[in-house]
Amino acid sequence: MAKIVLDRIRERFGDAVLETSSAQGDEVAVIAPDRWLDVASFARTDPACAMDHFIDLTCVDWPKRAARFEVVLMLRSSTTGKRIRLKARVPETDPKIASVTGLWLGANWFEREAYDMFGVIFEGHPDLRRILLYDEFEGHPLRKDYDAAKTQPLVPYRPEALDKLPPFGKDEGMPWERPVRPGREHSEG
Amino acid sequence: MEAEDLREEVLDLQTEPMELSMGPSHPAMHGTIRMVLQLEGETVVHVDVQPGFLHRGFEKMCERGTWSQVFPYTDRLNYVSPLLNNVGYALAVEKLLGVTTPERCQYARVILGELARIADHLTCNGATAMELGAFTPFLWMLKAREWIWEVLEEVTGARLTHSWVRIGGLAADLSEGFAERTRAILPKVEETIDESMRLLLGNRIFLDRTQGVGIISKEDALSLGMSGVNIRATGIDYDIRKVYPYLVYDRLDFDVPVGHDGDNYDRFVCRDEEMKQSIRMIRQALDQMPGPGAPFCIDDPKIVLPPKEEVYTSIEGTINHFKLIMEGIQVPAGEVYSYTEAGNGELGFYIVSDGRGTPYRVRVRGPCFANLQGCSLMITGRMVADIVPTFGSINMIAGECDR
Repeated sequence: MAKIVLDRIRERFGDAVLETSSAQGDEVAVIAPDRWLDVASFARTDPACAMDHFIDLTCVDWPKRAARFEVVLMLRSSTTGKRIRLKARVPETDPKIASVTGLWLGANWFEREAYDMFGVIFEGHPDLRRILLYDEFEGHPLRKDYDAAKTQPLVPYRPEALDKLPPFGKDEGMPWERPVRPGREHSEG
Repeated sequence: MEAEDLREEVLDLQTEPMELSMGPSHPAMHGTIRMVLQLEGETVVHVDVQPGFLHRGFEKMCERGTWSQVFPYTDRLNYVSPLLNNVGYALAVEKLLGVTTPERCQYARVILGELARIADHLTCNGATAMELGAFTPFLWMLKAREWIWEVLEEVTGARLTHSWVRIGGLAADLSEGFAERTRAILPKVEETIDESMRLLLGNRIFLDRTQGVGIISKEDALSLGMSGVNIRATGIDYDIRKVYPYLVYDRLDFDVPVGHDGDNYDRFVCRDEEMKQSIRMIRQALDQMPGPGAPFCIDDPKIVLPPKEEVYTSIEGTINHFKLIMEGIQVPAGEVYSYTEAGNGELGFYIVSDGRGTPYRVRVRGPCFANLQGCSLMITGRMVADIVPTFGSINMIAGECDR
Protein backbone atom coordinates (compact mmCIF):
# COMPACT_ATOMS: atom_id res chain seq x y z
CA MET A 1 0.00 0.00 0.00
CA ALA A 2 2.69 2.45 0.96
CA LYS A 3 5.23 0.98 -1.44
CA ILE A 4 5.63 4.39 -3.09
CA VAL A 5 6.78 5.87 0.18
CA LEU A 6 9.32 3.11 0.71
CA ASP A 7 10.63 3.53 -2.83
CA ARG A 8 10.90 7.26 -2.35
CA ILE A 9 12.94 6.88 0.82
CA ARG A 10 15.17 4.23 -0.72
CA GLU A 11 15.73 6.35 -3.81
CA ARG A 12 16.62 9.41 -1.75
CA PHE A 13 18.82 7.77 0.88
CA GLY A 14 20.21 4.70 -0.89
CA ASP A 15 22.71 3.00 1.40
CA ALA A 16 21.28 4.49 4.57
CA VAL A 17 18.23 2.25 4.09
CA LEU A 18 19.55 -1.07 5.34
CA GLU A 19 16.55 -3.23 4.53
CA THR A 20 12.89 -2.96 3.64
CA SER A 21 9.99 -5.34 3.93
CA SER A 22 6.26 -5.43 3.34
CA ALA A 23 5.18 -8.49 5.30
CA GLN A 24 1.48 -8.61 6.25
CA GLY A 25 0.91 -5.33 4.45
CA ASP A 26 3.08 -3.32 6.88
CA GLU A 27 5.74 -1.26 5.11
CA VAL A 28 8.97 -1.28 7.09
CA ALA A 29 12.31 0.39 6.45
CA VAL A 30 15.40 -0.13 8.59
CA ILE A 31 17.51 3.00 8.67
CA ALA A 32 21.14 3.52 9.64
CA PRO A 33 20.97 5.21 13.06
CA ASP A 34 23.18 8.13 12.03
CA ARG A 35 20.69 9.11 9.29
CA TRP A 36 17.61 8.65 11.54
CA LEU A 37 16.74 12.31 11.80
CA ASP A 38 17.33 12.97 8.08
CA VAL A 39 15.04 10.15 7.01
CA ALA A 40 12.37 11.10 9.54
CA SER A 41 12.54 14.69 8.43
CA PHE A 42 12.25 13.64 4.78
CA ALA A 43 9.25 11.45 5.58
CA ARG A 44 7.60 14.40 7.28
CA THR A 45 8.26 17.07 4.66
CA ASP A 46 8.43 15.30 1.31
CA PRO A 47 5.09 15.85 -0.46
CA ALA A 48 4.88 12.23 -1.64
CA CYS A 49 5.36 10.94 1.91
CA ALA A 50 3.80 13.75 4.00
CA MET A 51 3.84 11.70 7.20
CA ASP A 52 2.26 14.37 9.38
CA HIS A 53 0.38 12.09 11.78
CA PHE A 54 2.57 10.73 14.53
CA ILE A 55 1.42 7.28 15.60
CA ASP A 56 3.89 5.54 17.85
CA LEU A 57 7.49 5.33 18.90
CA THR A 58 8.75 2.35 20.83
CA CYS A 59 11.64 -0.04 21.19
CA VAL A 60 12.29 -3.79 21.03
CA ASP A 61 15.16 -5.41 22.90
CA TRP A 62 17.20 -8.12 21.12
CA PRO A 63 19.97 -8.94 23.63
CA LYS A 64 21.78 -11.36 21.33
CA ARG A 65 22.13 -8.98 18.43
CA ALA A 66 25.13 -6.70 18.05
CA ALA A 67 22.87 -3.69 17.81
CA ARG A 68 20.64 -4.56 20.71
CA PHE A 69 17.87 -1.97 20.74
CA GLU A 70 15.54 -1.57 17.82
CA VAL A 71 13.83 1.80 17.90
CA VAL A 72 10.53 1.70 16.01
CA LEU A 73 8.73 4.77 14.72
CA MET A 74 5.27 4.51 13.20
CA LEU A 75 3.82 7.23 11.06
CA ARG A 76 0.75 7.97 9.02
CA SER A 77 -0.05 10.52 6.39
CA SER A 78 -3.32 12.36 6.89
CA THR A 79 -3.44 13.33 3.22
CA THR A 80 -2.66 10.01 1.51
CA GLY A 81 -3.66 7.69 4.35
CA LYS A 82 -0.46 5.69 3.93
CA ARG A 83 1.38 4.25 6.90
CA ILE A 84 5.02 3.44 7.36
CA ARG A 85 7.26 1.99 10.04
CA LEU A 86 10.84 3.17 10.38
CA LYS A 87 13.36 1.28 12.47
CA ALA A 88 16.91 1.88 13.59
CA ARG A 89 19.16 -0.42 15.58
CA VAL A 90 21.48 0.95 18.23
CA PRO A 91 24.08 -0.98 20.25
CA GLU A 92 23.97 -1.42 24.01
CA THR A 93 27.36 0.22 24.48
CA ASP A 94 26.18 3.44 22.89
CA PRO A 95 22.37 3.44 22.97
CA LYS A 96 21.94 6.86 21.44
CA ILE A 97 19.73 8.07 18.63
CA ALA A 98 18.56 11.49 17.48
CA SER A 99 15.29 12.74 18.90
CA VAL A 100 12.44 13.47 16.49
CA THR A 101 10.64 15.77 18.91
CA GLY A 102 11.38 18.68 16.59
CA LEU A 103 9.34 17.03 13.83
CA TRP A 104 6.36 15.72 15.78
CA LEU A 105 5.28 17.13 19.14
CA GLY A 106 3.93 13.72 20.08
CA ALA A 107 7.37 12.12 20.05
CA ASN A 108 8.14 13.83 23.36
CA TRP A 109 6.35 11.47 25.72
CA PHE A 110 6.94 8.41 23.58
CA GLU A 111 10.70 8.97 23.60
CA ARG A 112 10.58 9.52 27.33
CA GLU A 113 8.80 6.21 27.68
CA ALA A 114 11.35 4.38 25.52
CA TYR A 115 14.09 5.92 27.65
CA ASP A 116 12.27 4.94 30.81
CA MET A 117 11.68 1.34 29.76
CA PHE A 118 14.80 0.58 27.72
CA GLY A 119 17.38 3.20 28.55
CA VAL A 120 17.77 4.44 24.99
CA ILE A 121 19.04 8.02 25.00
CA PHE A 122 17.34 10.39 22.57
CA GLU A 123 19.80 13.11 21.75
CA GLY A 124 18.30 16.55 21.47
CA HIS A 125 15.21 15.69 23.50
CA PRO A 126 14.17 18.78 25.46
CA ASP A 127 13.19 16.99 28.65
CA LEU A 128 14.45 13.41 28.80
CA ARG A 129 13.37 12.04 32.18
CA ARG A 130 11.37 9.05 33.34
CA ILE A 131 7.68 9.21 32.63
CA LEU A 132 5.85 6.11 33.87
CA LEU A 133 8.29 5.17 36.61
CA TYR A 134 9.74 7.26 39.41
CA ASP A 135 13.15 8.87 39.55
CA GLU A 136 14.62 6.40 42.06
CA PHE A 137 13.75 3.32 39.97
CA GLU A 138 16.80 1.20 39.24
CA GLY A 139 17.23 -0.25 35.77
CA HIS A 140 15.03 -0.33 32.71
CA PRO A 141 12.25 -2.90 33.12
CA LEU A 142 11.42 -3.81 29.54
CA ARG A 143 14.96 -4.96 28.83
CA LYS A 144 15.02 -8.72 28.48
CA ASP A 145 17.68 -9.07 31.18
CA TYR A 146 15.51 -7.29 33.73
CA ASP A 147 13.96 -10.07 35.80
CA ALA A 148 10.22 -9.64 35.98
CA ALA A 149 10.24 -10.79 39.61
CA LYS A 150 12.90 -8.27 40.65
CA THR A 151 11.99 -6.05 43.55
CA GLN A 152 13.06 -2.47 43.76
CA PRO A 153 14.73 -0.96 46.79
CA LEU A 154 12.58 1.11 49.09
CA VAL A 155 12.80 4.79 48.37
CA PRO A 156 14.14 6.46 51.51
CA TYR A 157 11.93 8.93 53.29
CA ARG A 158 12.10 12.15 51.40
CA PRO A 159 13.00 15.11 53.61
CA GLU A 160 10.43 17.89 53.71
CA ALA A 161 12.43 20.09 51.38
CA LEU A 162 11.66 17.90 48.39
CA ASP A 163 13.45 19.02 45.29
CA LYS A 164 11.01 20.54 42.92
CA LEU A 165 10.04 18.25 40.11
CA PRO A 166 10.63 19.58 36.62
CA PRO A 167 9.70 21.92 35.02
CA PHE A 168 10.30 23.88 38.19
CA GLY A 169 13.72 24.73 39.50
CA LYS A 170 14.56 24.42 43.19
CA ASP A 171 14.14 28.10 43.75
CA GLU A 172 10.82 28.40 41.94
CA GLY A 173 7.33 28.44 43.32
CA MET A 174 6.29 27.99 46.89
CA PRO A 175 8.47 26.02 49.28
CA TRP A 176 7.48 22.48 50.12
CA GLU A 177 8.65 22.72 53.72
CA ARG A 178 6.08 22.85 56.40
CA PRO A 179 6.61 23.32 60.12
CA VAL A 180 7.42 20.06 61.90
CA ARG A 181 6.33 19.88 65.48
CA PRO A 182 8.94 18.44 67.85
CA GLY A 183 8.64 14.69 68.29
CA ARG A 184 6.47 14.23 65.20
CA GLU A 185 9.22 14.24 62.60
CA HIS A 186 8.12 11.03 60.94
CA SER A 187 4.38 11.17 61.17
CA GLU A 188 4.15 14.35 59.16
CA GLY A 189 4.45 13.66 55.52
CA MET B 1 -8.73 56.32 33.87
CA GLU B 2 -6.54 54.44 36.27
CA ALA B 3 -4.82 56.48 38.91
CA GLU B 4 -1.05 56.58 38.56
CA ASP B 5 -0.36 55.15 42.02
CA LEU B 6 -2.75 52.16 41.57
CA ARG B 7 -0.85 50.51 38.73
CA GLU B 8 0.58 47.17 39.62
CA GLU B 9 4.26 48.01 39.20
CA VAL B 10 3.86 51.16 41.29
CA LEU B 11 2.05 49.33 44.06
CA ASP B 12 4.85 46.80 44.32
CA LEU B 13 2.41 43.88 44.59
CA GLN B 14 3.83 40.45 45.00
CA THR B 15 3.43 38.71 41.63
CA GLU B 16 5.58 35.69 42.25
CA PRO B 17 4.13 32.66 40.42
CA MET B 18 2.42 30.09 42.57
CA GLU B 19 2.91 26.38 42.27
CA LEU B 20 -0.05 24.05 42.57
CA SER B 21 0.10 20.29 42.49
CA MET B 22 -3.19 18.85 41.26
CA GLY B 23 -3.54 15.12 41.79
CA PRO B 24 -2.63 12.28 41.72
CA SER B 25 -5.52 11.92 44.08
CA HIS B 26 -7.87 14.77 43.48
CA PRO B 27 -11.65 14.89 43.07
CA ALA B 28 -11.35 16.51 39.65
CA MET B 29 -8.67 14.13 38.42
CA HIS B 30 -10.70 11.00 37.81
CA GLY B 31 -8.01 8.50 37.16
CA THR B 32 -4.69 8.93 38.87
CA ILE B 33 -2.67 11.67 37.29
CA ARG B 34 -0.64 14.53 38.60
CA MET B 35 -0.48 17.99 37.14
CA VAL B 36 2.09 20.41 38.44
CA LEU B 37 0.80 23.85 37.61
CA GLN B 38 2.50 27.20 37.71
CA LEU B 39 -0.06 29.90 38.21
CA GLU B 40 -0.19 33.62 37.92
CA GLY B 41 -3.29 34.52 39.80
CA GLU B 42 -5.71 31.97 38.43
CA THR B 43 -4.06 31.66 35.03
CA VAL B 44 -2.03 28.60 34.17
CA VAL B 45 1.32 29.68 32.76
CA HIS B 46 3.12 26.39 32.81
CA VAL B 47 1.98 22.84 33.33
CA ASP B 48 3.72 19.51 33.67
CA VAL B 49 1.40 16.56 33.26
CA GLN B 50 2.78 13.49 35.00
CA PRO B 51 1.18 10.14 34.20
CA GLY B 52 2.40 6.77 35.43
CA PHE B 53 0.63 6.27 38.74
CA LEU B 54 -1.26 3.27 37.39
CA HIS B 55 1.69 1.64 35.64
CA ARG B 56 1.41 -2.10 36.19
CA GLY B 57 4.09 -3.39 33.82
CA PHE B 58 1.52 -4.61 31.33
CA GLU B 59 3.98 -5.08 28.47
CA LYS B 60 6.42 -6.95 30.68
CA MET B 61 3.71 -9.27 31.99
CA CYS B 62 2.65 -10.13 28.44
CA GLU B 63 6.11 -11.57 27.80
CA ARG B 64 5.62 -14.22 30.48
CA GLY B 65 2.49 -16.14 29.47
CA THR B 66 1.03 -17.56 26.30
CA TRP B 67 -0.56 -15.46 23.57
CA SER B 68 -4.03 -16.24 24.91
CA GLN B 69 -3.13 -15.21 28.43
CA VAL B 70 -2.82 -11.60 27.36
CA PHE B 71 -6.61 -11.19 27.11
CA PRO B 72 -7.26 -10.58 30.81
CA TYR B 73 -4.62 -7.86 30.75
CA THR B 74 -6.27 -6.13 27.79
CA ASP B 75 -9.48 -5.91 29.82
CA ARG B 76 -7.60 -3.69 32.20
CA LEU B 77 -6.31 -1.27 29.59
CA ASN B 78 -9.34 0.84 28.92
CA TYR B 79 -11.48 -0.53 31.68
CA VAL B 80 -14.51 1.40 30.51
CA SER B 81 -14.77 -0.48 27.20
CA PRO B 82 -12.83 -3.73 27.71
CA LEU B 83 -14.41 -5.60 24.80
CA LEU B 84 -12.91 -3.18 22.31
CA ASN B 85 -9.46 -3.95 23.70
CA ASN B 86 -10.13 -7.70 23.52
CA VAL B 87 -11.05 -7.33 19.87
CA GLY B 88 -8.03 -5.13 19.12
CA TYR B 89 -5.60 -7.66 20.52
CA ALA B 90 -7.31 -10.65 18.88
CA LEU B 91 -7.16 -8.92 15.50
CA ALA B 92 -3.45 -8.23 15.92
CA VAL B 93 -2.60 -11.87 16.62
CA GLU B 94 -4.91 -13.03 13.84
CA LYS B 95 -3.15 -10.68 11.45
CA LEU B 96 0.18 -12.26 12.33
CA LEU B 97 -1.31 -15.76 12.05
CA GLY B 98 -2.93 -14.83 8.75
CA VAL B 99 -6.40 -16.06 9.65
CA THR B 100 -9.84 -14.51 9.28
CA THR B 101 -12.69 -15.31 11.65
CA PRO B 102 -16.15 -16.46 10.48
CA GLU B 103 -18.85 -13.91 9.80
CA ARG B 104 -20.90 -14.56 12.90
CA CYS B 105 -17.85 -13.90 15.03
CA GLN B 106 -17.07 -10.68 13.17
CA TYR B 107 -20.61 -9.39 13.60
CA ALA B 108 -20.64 -10.38 17.25
CA ARG B 109 -17.38 -8.50 17.78
CA VAL B 110 -18.81 -5.42 16.10
CA ILE B 111 -22.06 -5.49 18.08
CA LEU B 112 -20.43 -6.07 21.44
CA GLY B 113 -17.69 -3.58 20.63
CA GLU B 114 -20.20 -0.89 19.75
CA LEU B 115 -22.14 -1.60 22.94
CA ALA B 116 -18.89 -1.13 24.83
CA ARG B 117 -18.26 2.10 22.94
CA ILE B 118 -21.64 3.48 23.97
CA ALA B 119 -20.87 2.55 27.58
CA ASP B 120 -17.50 4.31 27.26
CA HIS B 121 -18.95 7.52 25.84
CA LEU B 122 -21.81 7.52 28.35
CA THR B 123 -19.31 7.39 31.18
CA CYS B 124 -17.14 10.12 29.73
CA ASN B 125 -19.96 12.52 28.92
CA GLY B 126 -21.71 11.82 32.18
CA ALA B 127 -18.57 12.40 34.22
CA THR B 128 -17.75 15.61 32.33
CA ALA B 129 -21.23 16.92 33.09
CA MET B 130 -21.02 15.88 36.71
CA GLU B 131 -17.74 17.66 37.22
CA LEU B 132 -19.38 20.83 35.99
CA GLY B 133 -22.11 20.44 38.57
CA ALA B 134 -24.76 18.63 36.52
CA PHE B 135 -25.32 15.53 38.56
CA THR B 136 -28.63 14.39 37.08
CA PRO B 137 -27.40 13.53 33.56
CA PHE B 138 -24.56 11.57 35.14
CA LEU B 139 -26.97 9.37 37.08
CA TRP B 140 -29.19 8.88 34.05
CA MET B 141 -26.28 7.98 31.84
CA LEU B 142 -24.88 5.51 34.32
CA LYS B 143 -28.30 3.90 34.46
CA ALA B 144 -28.18 3.52 30.68
CA ARG B 145 -24.71 2.07 31.01
CA GLU B 146 -26.10 -0.43 33.48
CA TRP B 147 -28.61 -1.68 30.87
CA ILE B 148 -25.73 -2.21 28.46
CA TRP B 149 -23.66 -3.98 31.08
CA GLU B 150 -26.58 -6.28 31.84
CA VAL B 151 -26.61 -7.38 28.22
CA LEU B 152 -22.84 -7.84 28.20
CA GLU B 153 -22.93 -9.70 31.50
CA GLU B 154 -25.55 -12.05 30.18
CA VAL B 155 -23.32 -12.91 27.22
CA THR B 156 -19.86 -12.91 28.77
CA GLY B 157 -20.51 -13.59 32.44
CA ALA B 158 -18.73 -10.46 33.61
CA ARG B 159 -19.80 -6.87 33.89
CA LEU B 160 -16.44 -5.33 33.26
CA THR B 161 -13.54 -7.71 32.76
CA HIS B 162 -15.04 -9.83 30.03
CA SER B 163 -12.00 -11.62 28.49
CA TRP B 164 -14.52 -13.04 26.08
CA VAL B 165 -12.79 -12.75 22.73
CA ARG B 166 -10.35 -15.49 21.73
CA ILE B 167 -7.70 -15.70 19.08
CA GLY B 168 -9.62 -17.07 16.12
CA GLY B 169 -13.08 -16.50 17.50
CA LEU B 170 -15.03 -16.13 20.69
CA ALA B 171 -15.16 -18.00 23.98
CA ALA B 172 -18.71 -19.12 23.28
CA ASP B 173 -21.56 -18.37 20.96
CA LEU B 174 -23.89 -15.48 21.72
CA SER B 175 -26.55 -16.58 24.16
CA GLU B 176 -30.11 -17.26 23.12
CA GLY B 177 -32.25 -14.17 22.85
CA PHE B 178 -29.26 -11.85 22.66
CA ALA B 179 -30.60 -9.97 19.64
CA GLU B 180 -33.98 -9.36 21.26
CA ARG B 181 -32.46 -8.19 24.52
CA THR B 182 -30.11 -5.83 22.70
CA ARG B 183 -32.89 -4.46 20.52
CA ALA B 184 -34.98 -3.91 23.63
CA ILE B 185 -32.45 -1.69 25.40
CA LEU B 186 -31.44 0.43 22.38
CA PRO B 187 -34.52 2.73 22.38
CA LYS B 188 -34.19 3.21 26.14
CA VAL B 189 -30.51 4.12 25.83
CA GLU B 190 -31.27 6.46 22.95
CA GLU B 191 -33.98 8.21 24.92
CA THR B 192 -31.74 8.62 27.95
CA ILE B 193 -28.98 10.14 25.85
CA ASP B 194 -31.40 12.60 24.24
CA GLU B 195 -32.93 13.52 27.55
CA SER B 196 -29.54 14.14 29.15
CA MET B 197 -28.40 16.22 26.20
CA ARG B 198 -31.53 18.37 26.43
CA LEU B 199 -30.64 19.12 30.02
CA LEU B 200 -27.08 20.08 29.17
CA LEU B 201 -26.99 21.67 25.74
CA GLY B 202 -29.52 24.32 26.69
CA ASN B 203 -27.74 25.15 29.89
CA ARG B 204 -25.88 28.43 29.89
CA ILE B 205 -23.36 27.41 32.54
CA PHE B 206 -22.49 24.20 30.73
CA LEU B 207 -22.04 25.99 27.41
CA ASP B 208 -19.92 28.75 28.90
CA ARG B 209 -17.58 26.28 30.47
CA THR B 210 -17.16 24.09 27.42
CA GLN B 211 -17.41 26.30 24.35
CA GLY B 212 -14.13 27.85 23.33
CA VAL B 213 -12.32 26.10 26.19
CA GLY B 214 -9.54 23.57 25.73
CA ILE B 215 -8.94 24.30 22.06
CA ILE B 216 -6.46 22.33 20.01
CA SER B 217 -5.65 22.95 16.36
CA LYS B 218 -5.71 20.38 13.57
CA GLU B 219 -1.96 20.58 13.01
CA ASP B 220 -1.13 20.15 16.68
CA ALA B 221 -3.57 17.27 17.01
CA LEU B 222 -1.91 15.42 14.11
CA SER B 223 1.59 16.18 15.29
CA LEU B 224 0.74 15.01 18.80
CA GLY B 225 -0.57 11.73 17.46
CA MET B 226 -4.09 12.27 18.73
CA SER B 227 -6.87 10.06 17.48
CA GLY B 228 -10.48 9.22 18.16
CA VAL B 229 -12.93 11.85 19.29
CA ASN B 230 -10.09 14.16 20.25
CA ILE B 231 -8.89 14.49 16.66
CA ARG B 232 -12.36 14.39 15.10
CA ALA B 233 -13.43 17.35 17.23
CA THR B 234 -10.82 19.45 15.42
CA GLY B 235 -12.44 18.64 12.07
CA ILE B 236 -10.28 15.79 10.84
CA ASP B 237 -12.51 12.86 9.85
CA TYR B 238 -10.06 10.21 11.00
CA ASP B 239 -12.13 7.23 12.07
CA ILE B 240 -10.36 3.92 11.57
CA ARG B 241 -13.67 2.18 11.07
CA LYS B 242 -14.14 4.30 7.94
CA VAL B 243 -10.58 5.00 6.76
CA TYR B 244 -9.11 1.51 7.28
CA PRO B 245 -12.21 -0.69 7.70
CA TYR B 246 -11.76 -3.90 9.66
CA LEU B 247 -14.23 -6.65 10.66
CA VAL B 248 -17.50 -5.86 8.87
CA TYR B 249 -17.56 -2.10 9.32
CA ASP B 250 -17.44 -1.60 5.55
CA ARG B 251 -20.85 -3.27 5.27
CA LEU B 252 -22.49 -0.94 7.77
CA ASP B 253 -23.91 2.43 6.94
CA PHE B 254 -22.81 5.06 9.44
CA ASP B 255 -21.57 8.64 9.58
CA VAL B 256 -18.47 10.02 11.23
CA PRO B 257 -19.32 13.11 13.28
CA VAL B 258 -16.65 15.81 13.25
CA GLY B 259 -16.37 19.12 15.07
CA HIS B 260 -14.68 22.28 13.88
CA ASP B 261 -13.16 24.11 16.85
CA GLY B 262 -11.52 21.27 18.72
CA ASP B 263 -12.87 22.53 22.03
CA ASN B 264 -14.56 20.74 24.91
CA TYR B 265 -18.00 21.34 23.48
CA ASP B 266 -17.06 19.71 20.16
CA ARG B 267 -15.63 16.69 21.90
CA PHE B 268 -18.73 16.40 24.04
CA VAL B 269 -21.13 16.65 21.11
CA CYS B 270 -19.04 14.31 18.93
CA ARG B 271 -19.31 11.66 21.62
CA ASP B 272 -23.03 12.23 21.85
CA GLU B 273 -23.45 11.78 18.10
CA GLU B 274 -21.14 8.77 18.00
CA MET B 275 -23.34 6.94 20.48
CA LYS B 276 -26.27 7.40 18.10
CA GLN B 277 -24.17 6.14 15.19
CA SER B 278 -23.17 3.12 17.25
CA ILE B 279 -26.82 2.36 17.90
CA ARG B 280 -27.42 2.58 14.13
CA MET B 281 -24.55 0.17 13.53
CA ILE B 282 -25.77 -2.32 16.13
CA ARG B 283 -29.24 -2.41 14.56
CA GLN B 284 -27.82 -3.07 11.09
CA ALA B 285 -25.35 -5.65 12.35
CA LEU B 286 -28.10 -7.51 14.24
CA ASP B 287 -30.08 -7.72 11.00
CA GLN B 288 -27.13 -8.91 8.92
CA MET B 289 -25.58 -11.36 11.38
CA PRO B 290 -25.80 -15.06 10.43
CA GLY B 291 -28.14 -16.88 12.79
CA PRO B 292 -27.24 -19.20 15.65
CA GLY B 293 -25.61 -22.38 14.50
CA ALA B 294 -23.26 -20.58 12.14
CA PRO B 295 -19.61 -21.08 13.16
CA PHE B 296 -18.24 -18.47 15.56
CA CYS B 297 -14.65 -19.76 15.65
CA ILE B 298 -12.24 -20.69 12.92
CA ASP B 299 -11.80 -24.39 12.34
CA ASP B 300 -8.14 -24.87 13.22
CA PRO B 301 -7.17 -27.11 16.16
CA LYS B 302 -3.80 -25.38 16.33
CA ILE B 303 -5.46 -22.11 17.29
CA VAL B 304 -8.87 -22.81 18.82
CA LEU B 305 -9.49 -25.04 21.84
CA PRO B 306 -11.56 -28.18 21.15
CA PRO B 307 -15.09 -28.44 22.62
CA LYS B 308 -15.14 -29.65 26.21
CA GLU B 309 -16.98 -32.91 25.32
CA GLU B 310 -14.06 -33.88 23.11
CA VAL B 311 -11.49 -32.98 25.77
CA TYR B 312 -13.16 -35.28 28.29
CA THR B 313 -14.01 -38.16 25.96
CA SER B 314 -11.22 -38.49 23.39
CA ILE B 315 -7.45 -38.70 23.64
CA GLU B 316 -6.99 -36.37 20.65
CA GLY B 317 -9.12 -33.75 22.31
CA THR B 318 -7.20 -34.05 25.58
CA ILE B 319 -3.84 -33.74 23.84
CA ASN B 320 -5.02 -30.83 21.74
CA HIS B 321 -6.30 -29.01 24.79
CA PHE B 322 -3.13 -29.73 26.77
CA LYS B 323 -0.84 -28.52 23.97
CA LEU B 324 -2.74 -25.29 23.49
CA ILE B 325 -2.91 -24.52 27.18
CA MET B 326 0.64 -25.53 28.14
CA GLU B 327 2.57 -24.43 25.06
CA GLY B 328 0.22 -21.84 23.69
CA ILE B 329 -0.65 -21.04 20.12
CA GLN B 330 2.49 -21.21 17.99
CA VAL B 331 2.57 -17.84 16.26
CA PRO B 332 4.99 -17.64 13.33
CA ALA B 333 8.00 -15.36 13.76
CA GLY B 334 7.41 -11.85 12.54
CA GLU B 335 5.91 -8.56 13.60
CA VAL B 336 2.73 -6.68 12.85
CA TYR B 337 1.09 -3.47 13.86
CA SER B 338 -2.66 -3.77 14.03
CA TYR B 339 -4.93 -0.92 14.98
CA THR B 340 -8.60 -0.52 15.75
CA GLU B 341 -10.87 2.31 16.73
CA ALA B 342 -11.24 1.94 20.48
CA GLY B 343 -13.25 4.16 22.78
CA ASN B 344 -10.65 6.89 22.74
CA GLY B 345 -9.05 6.47 19.35
CA GLU B 346 -6.40 4.38 17.72
CA LEU B 347 -5.65 1.39 19.92
CA GLY B 348 -2.65 -0.23 18.30
CA PHE B 349 -0.94 -3.49 19.13
CA TYR B 350 2.58 -3.86 17.81
CA ILE B 351 3.36 -7.51 18.40
CA VAL B 352 6.63 -9.26 17.77
CA SER B 353 6.87 -13.05 17.72
CA ASP B 354 9.99 -15.18 17.66
CA GLY B 355 7.95 -18.20 16.60
CA ARG B 356 7.08 -19.55 20.03
CA GLY B 357 4.00 -19.81 22.18
CA THR B 358 4.92 -16.72 24.20
CA PRO B 359 4.87 -13.19 22.83
CA TYR B 360 8.33 -11.71 22.38
CA ARG B 361 7.04 -8.21 22.68
CA VAL B 362 3.56 -6.75 22.98
CA ARG B 363 3.57 -3.04 22.56
CA VAL B 364 0.31 -1.28 23.32
CA ARG B 365 -0.19 2.03 21.65
CA GLY B 366 -2.84 3.36 23.96
CA PRO B 367 -4.72 6.31 22.47
CA CYS B 368 -4.88 8.07 25.82
CA PHE B 369 -1.12 8.41 26.11
CA ALA B 370 -0.99 10.52 22.95
CA ASN B 371 -4.26 12.34 23.65
CA LEU B 372 -3.21 13.32 27.14
CA GLN B 373 -0.01 14.80 25.86
CA GLY B 374 -2.09 17.51 24.22
CA CYS B 375 -3.58 18.45 27.56
CA SER B 376 -0.81 20.90 28.44
CA LEU B 377 -1.36 22.78 25.16
CA MET B 378 -5.08 22.94 25.82
CA ILE B 379 -4.91 24.36 29.33
CA THR B 380 -1.88 26.64 29.22
CA GLY B 381 -3.12 30.22 29.36
CA ARG B 382 -6.53 29.20 30.70
CA MET B 383 -7.91 29.39 34.21
CA VAL B 384 -7.54 26.64 36.80
CA ALA B 385 -11.26 25.92 36.64
CA ASP B 386 -10.97 25.18 32.90
CA ILE B 387 -8.73 22.21 33.62
CA VAL B 388 -11.69 20.28 34.96
CA PRO B 389 -13.89 20.20 31.82
CA THR B 390 -10.84 19.94 29.53
CA PHE B 391 -9.37 17.00 31.35
CA GLY B 392 -12.80 15.41 31.48
CA SER B 393 -13.44 15.74 27.77
CA ILE B 394 -10.06 14.30 26.80
CA ASN B 395 -11.31 11.18 28.58
CA MET B 396 -7.99 9.98 29.87
CA ILE B 397 -8.28 6.41 31.09
CA ALA B 398 -5.25 5.77 33.28
CA GLY B 399 -5.22 2.03 32.68
CA GLU B 400 -4.60 2.58 29.00
CA CYS B 401 -2.34 5.58 29.40
CA ASP B 402 -0.01 4.07 31.99
CA ARG B 403 -0.43 0.39 31.09
